[in-house]
Amino acid sequence: MNAIDRAIVRATQAGLPLIARPYEALASSLGLTETDILERLKSMLADGRIRRIGVVPNHYALGYRANAMSVWDVADEALEALGPQVGALPFVSHCYRRPRRLPAWPYNLFAMVHGRTRDDTAEKIEAIRKVLGASLRASDVLYSTRILKKTGMRIA
Amino acid sequence: MRDTLDELDRAIVNRLQGGFPLSERPFAEAAKEFEVDERVLISRIEKLLANGTLSRFGPLFDAERLGGAFTLCAMRVPADDFERVAAQVNAHPEVAHNYEREHRFNMWFVLATSTPEDIDRTIRKLEVETGYPILNLPRLDEYYIGLQLAA
Repeated sequence: MNAIDRAIVRATQAGLPLIARPYEALASSLGLTETDILERLKSMLADGRIRRIGVVPNHYALGYRANAMSVWDVADEALEALGPQVGALPFVSHCYRRPRRLPAWPYNLFAMVHGRTRDDTAEKIEAIRKVLGASLRASDVLYSTRILKKTGMRIA
Repeated sequence: MRDTLDELDRAIVNRLQGGFPLSERPFAEAAKEFEVDERVLISRIEKLLANGTLSRFGPLFDAERLGGAFTLCAMRVPADDFERVAAQVNAHPEVAHNYEREHRFNMWFVLATSTPEDIDRTIRKLEVETGYPILNLPRLDEYYIGLQLAA
């Protein structure tokens, strides 16, 4: 990534200015033109460096207090087909394949599930179980009980 | 908090999680969908940030695609040693966030560094400092990220 893109990331990671022409303000603070900024942001959106642009809700403030990391031991050969099906469920915010670390950690699929109550979340987790069907060998659920540290991603 | 949101607040939270325009007057453009003036949209977003309904407004970056290295780490820490270990782990700037979870693996944190070598180095350092082994669980594949939380 070049220096200009990096400067744009640095200038926007805390947020966009809340004014009528935010990209113009950003451009002048970085010594660029508004067109430069728009083009750079478009290309970062196109190649996935930016996932999306918009509001980022706070789970807790919206009443999502039962936040669980569901973890699953899924047959490797089935994961490529089933992973995207789990990821597509509307209540799954992140869905990743990660390595097993045997014997301590047998799970290779992680899906973050957000609900307002544990019953609500448990119901959603059951829906994941159905998707995984016969390819599922074991699973576990880890509710978060405390945020010990949360800093925005700092990108140099 | 969510009980104090009115219809417009909810619409903004629900429908503006992506797709904010890349144009000269993006708020004016986005405001059309909500049938309000751009100033109303701006002041609502300000309010939702100030009261904590929103944690941020702007581009959401994929940190991994920007470069740098990341991993998820898990530790199994005895309850009576938990606060000491949390303080030691949190003291490192490489630790982006850290959660306590209800499980025998009760501490889960994300490391963000500029190189993969720094990930390994940080893990070794944390293991020595805390005295507990760390499970290193980097993402191997991503199946989706794009939660649209309903307000």
